[in-house]
Amino acid sequence: MPRTGVFVCWCGSNIGGVIDCPETAAAASGFPGVAFSTDYKYMCSEPGQNMVIQAIREHRLDRAVVASCSPRLHEETFRKTLVRAGLNPYMLEMANIREHCTWVHGADIQQARIKAVDLVRRAVAKANRLEPLFESEISVTRRCLVIGGGVAGIQAALDVADAGHEVILVEREPTIGGNMVKLDKTFPTLDCSACISTPKMVAAATHPNIKLYTYAEIEKLAGYVGNFEVTIRQKARYVDHEKCTGCGTCWEKCPTRVPSEFDAGIGQRTAIYIPFPQAVPNKPVIDREHCRYFATGKCEICAKLCPTGAVDYGQEDLVLTEKVGAVVAATGFGLFDWSRVYGEYGYGQYPDVVTGMQFERLVNAAGPTGGKLLRPSDGATPRTVVFIKCVGSRDEAKGRRYCSRICCMYTAKHALQVLEKVPGASVFVFYMDVRTAGKGYEEFYQRAVNNGTVYVRGRVSKIYQDGERLVVRGVDTLLGRPVEVDADMVVLATAVEPGSGAAETARILGINTDQDGFFQEAHPKLRPVETHTRGVFLAGACQAPKDIPDTVAQASGAAAKVAGLLSSKWLSTNPMIATVNEALCTGCFLCVPVCSYRALEPKKITERLPGHPPREREVAGVNTGLCQGCGACNVACRAGAIEVRGFTNEQLLAEVDALCQ
Amino acid sequence: MRYAYYSGCTLHATAREFDLSTRAVCSRLGIELEEIPDWNCCGATAAHATSHLLSVALAARNLALAETQEADLLVPCAACYHRLVTARKEMSENPHLRERVVRIIGREYRGRIGVRSLLEVLDHLDPERLAAGVVRPLRGLKVACYYGCLLVRPPAVTGFDDPEQPQVMDRLMRQWGAEPVDWGYKTECCGAGQGFSNEPVVLKLVRDILATASRAGADCLVCACTLCQSNLDARQGHVNRVYGSDFRLPVMYFTQLIGVGMGMEARELGLDSLFVDPRPVIRALG
Amino acid sequence: MVPLNLNRAIKEGARFVRRLEAESGQKISDCNQCGKCTAGCPLGFAMDLMPNQVMHLIRVGLWAEVLESRTIWLCSHCAVCTTRCPRNIDLARVMDSLRITARREGRIGSERSIALFNEIFLDSVRRYGRAHEFGIGLRHNLLTRRPFKDSDLGRVWLRRGKLKLGTRKIKGAAEIDRIFSEVERTEDGR
Ligand SMILES: Cc1cc2nc3c(=O)[nH]c(=O)nc-3n(C[C@H](O)[C@H](O)[C@H](O)COP(=O)(O)OP(=O)(O)OC[C@H]3O[C@@H](n4cnc5c(N)ncnc54)[C@H](O)[C@@H]3O)c2cc1C
Ligand code: SF4
Ligand code: SF4
Repeated sequence: MPRTGVFVCWCGSNIGGVIDCPETAAAASGFPGVAFSTDYKYMCSEPGQNMVIQAIREHRLDRAVVASCSPRLHEETFRKTLVRAGLNPYMLEMANIREHCTWVHGADIQQARIKAVDLVRRAVAKANRLEPLFESEISVTRRCLVIGGGVAGIQAALDVADAGHEVILVEREPTIGGNMVKLDKTFPTLDCSACISTPKMVAAATHPNIKLYTYAEIEKLAGYVGNFEVTIRQKARYVDHEKCTGCGTCWEKCPTRVPSEFDAGIGQRTAIYIPFPQAVPNKPVIDREHCRYFATGKCEICAKLCPTGAVDYGQEDLVLTEKVGAVVAATGFGLFDWSRVYGEYGYGQYPDVVTGMQFERLVNAAGPTGGKLLRPSDGATPRTVVFIKCVGSRDEAKGRRYCSRICCMYTAKHALQVLEKVPGASVFVFYMDVRTAGKGYEEFYQRAVNNGTVYVRGRVSKIYQDGERLVVRGVDTLLGRPVEVDADMVVLATAVEPGSGAAETARILGINTDQDGFFQEAHPKLRPVETHTRGVFLAGACQAPKDIPDTVAQASGAAAKVAGLLSSKWLSTNPMIATVNEALCTGCFLCVPVCSYRALEPKKITERLPGHPPREREVAGVNTGLCQGCGACNVACRAGAIEVRGFTNEQLLAEVDALCQ
Repeated sequence: MRYAYYSGCTLHATAREFDLSTRAVCSRLGIELEEIPDWNCCGATAAHATSHLLSVALAARNLALAETQEADLLVPCAACYHRLVTARKEMSENPHLRERVVRIIGREYRGRIGVRSLLEVLDHLDPERLAAGVVRPLRGLKVACYYGCLLVRPPAVTGFDDPEQPQVMDRLMRQWGAEPVDWGYKTECCGAGQGFSNEPVVLKLVRDILATASRAGADCLVCACTLCQSNLDARQGHVNRVYGSDFRLPVMYFTQLIGVGMGMEARELGLDSLFVDPRPVIRALG
Repeated sequence: MVPLNLNRAIKEGARFVRRLEAESGQKISDCNQCGKCTAGCPLGFAMDLMPNQVMHLIRVGLWAEVLESRTIWLCSHCAVCTTRCPRNIDLARVMDSLRITARREGRIGSERSIALFNEIFLDSVRRYGRAHEFGIGLRHNLLTRRPFKDSDLGRVWLRRGKLKLGTRKIKGAAEIDRIFSEVERTEDGR
């Protein structure tokens, strides 16, 4: 007969303010198998845990039910408590009477009380059938893959490399640096972005522990935590980087001009190009789509002029693999394409309506105007500049629901830059809220106001050209009046979005995306850099919109997690995974395709039945490194041969019975 | 091509030329119009500002009548179009509403026919067939296409052209050889509904539209709504009086200009019955 | 200004919010007061309450001010607000519902002219099945005591034979009258 202990937590008033916890505990004491039950204000606190340990010892309990919050929050905590009390950590069952009960049924206390008792009865029924489970160990490849070479990826790579582990850094563009290196200055200190990011780029490229692949993408990630194998496609550059010295003759002489991605479309580049002068590596690639030779078979100017004969039109993509133990996704963000949907702002037909990123390039000394603020239409200096925030952010009708977090600050920065570059300029910022939650941020915003920026509270409804005038029609909701500004230039703070290809990257890595398409962290508060796939971590704006300080902090956080994982040669595995009852398995392999972690495969066994000669046959085998214990196979198996440990059919049916009482 | 034709009240009064030119142009293009027998007023703004149910019911009677003609409903006037298309949409999305309305109008209505604006229909015609009709291209005529509110908004209801930068009329005018100007007031409201009660307010709206169109270099305005047309055309005198301006911008229906392009006479198209006489502009075309 | 007691105002306004939401199908609390409706509203310059203020006043229980405002009658139902609202609120529909409510509750403020026009217009439709512009204009002028308003336009229209003095009923005029009665009955039954 099991001896189950039930511990009902108040979670302060979260639970205790809605239901009567002592009453729930008392009800539990009558359930079969329960040898002890009690309640406490904060079960997860030190005294709370000690109380559990003491109860286990005093009442010779061999398993426990904790009725409190979600197991995502504290299952790990209480498993450790059980270990301290001398029990197997898996002899624990949690009843979530907070998220599943008091938080959602606060309006109906009577029903909440009944439901809490039901949930505890269910947990006890399962606990009574728990078996001890044991972790096993797998080996760890002590190398790390970092995907994306923005400031997040660079920081994570440097930190892991400094911790003594080898890093493979993969960047899909011809240079690392990401979006940060395109910026002119950075808030809140206004230091030059290139000055603080290019040294980091060089450090990453030259670090003995970092192996850099640029112009490369990951195609496949196989294996599991500690033992991943990644397939990388090195895209053909049509330039042999071994031979190339980066002298620049080719890109100076190339006759083709296309809009430069690096300059957000307002500058131009050649078909053989480096994105910007401090690119890392400082060697070119040929953009096959626009190259004259690839289009017509004629030209070859670059090949003819190259002093080292590095141009190689016959180069092909190279596919290679690397083994790593951990992965950091740092693929960053993209920017909302306002010109597709904002008809009221002209669908991009007015050249002097630009985005924040284009503005960065327009004021950047290394940008197409050499740092002079000149408007695109006629190259004149704009004397009235209007900034519009939340273009695509906080706009579920046309864009995205969420706040992009960085635009309030960079718009204040841009306002200051206009005032500095164009003395006497008029600067207007249309805003809905000014959000400046960061160190030194509010002060920075106030500086923009004191220096003369006019903040107008309200959205802009329309931008249109009327003869020479670019009219911005907005509202000042504090005045309660529609307002108009004749602008020379308008800058739109466009929403931060998941980067292009984020969904595909998530699929390759086997991680989730949230409702907005950003990578989903394992827990919003307690596990912000981990994912639900063990061994895969997140850094930077790929997880949510972020500024540079937060990006770098998260990158270092991810690096610390990686360093922790790689610190040992061995890793314990989760025992709550699928097992196959080989005697029952018929070898139909229906389970194989349903497993999204590719953890099941046929294996040969020799079966010895009494009175029969031994015979070979195929059954399903579980790769314990890959299986995440999701249970999909369990459902698919018609023979009932697969079960997930800790969630056996018997245990689940007992729960259902208990709930149906 | 056969359509049930809903002309609407104003097309038999102040906007007679819209009816005239629509019939003339359609017959030339082989679009057969079969007037809905005994149609009633769609209810206009007054109905939906008074009772939602009434606004749907008044429109629904026309829809029900058209359904017996077994043809899609064609509506030249943007205002009527808006009411009919709104009623159709609401009833198709809300069967409960449809049942109530059917009971109220005492006629069968199943929602089998579509409601189309004449502009939309012309836009879907084979361009070559259209081109064949042009005998007197409107070459050099700078037109400001004015869409107003009801044709394009809200997009969830009307939805056959872009709500912010509509193009249907511009495309059509281009096909007829005219030069549509780019201007910012294509879809600004002219306030026609307030004409009777709040003229000063309306005159400002009309003035802004006329001024923007002239600054953009337009010789005339083209529109598709009887309310807009009479507001912008008839009130120009009042605008000039109040604002001391000197606007003389003809405001024509798109069907009238198409008719001109087809070589029809001014009288056939009712060009002689507008306030600001468009004939000088037309004659200047040569 | 006396401070507004928000507890009381919001509590007392809750019923109105619920009824308006049912009538219009729009959720008032969805509005985040961005003001884009006001920024684009062609009639904002003439309104006593801005469209975004309408939303806010309703939320804090000051619906009476809204019903008696000029704004709801000046609104031309152009739906610019609806088209551009970042929160997908059909504010033009809310304005319609407010007009309907104001009329039902007899709370029309100073801006009576439009309401009157609507009435005369619908009266014509009810009687004849169609709107007779001449009669409508004339009656409206008489009732608003501006007998010569737009008479210059009327003269031109008359001369060109566009306005007809006589009125003719459609065949189904009785049917139209019945539609009006049925609608009234259905709505009273609610
Ligand atoms: C206009 C503007 C102004 C800003 N100003 C400031 C400021 O003043 N101060 C501040 O703190 N922040 C500012 N920011 C925010 C700052 O740009 C971000 O915080 C920072 O760039 C985030 O870095 P990241 O590495 O996460 O992403 P990114 O910079 O986007 O880098 C991601 C990298 O991953 C690569 N990548 C993407 N997908 C793949 C793939 N599948 N495989 C391989 N590589 C891939 C990309 O090519 C890119 O190099 C600004 C942002 C904008 C838009
Ligand atoms: S546009 Fe929409 S969200 Fe913005 S204030 Fe108006 S109603 Fe509210
Ligand atoms: S529908 Fe009414 S409130 Fe909305 S923009 Fe038009 S006039 Fe203004």
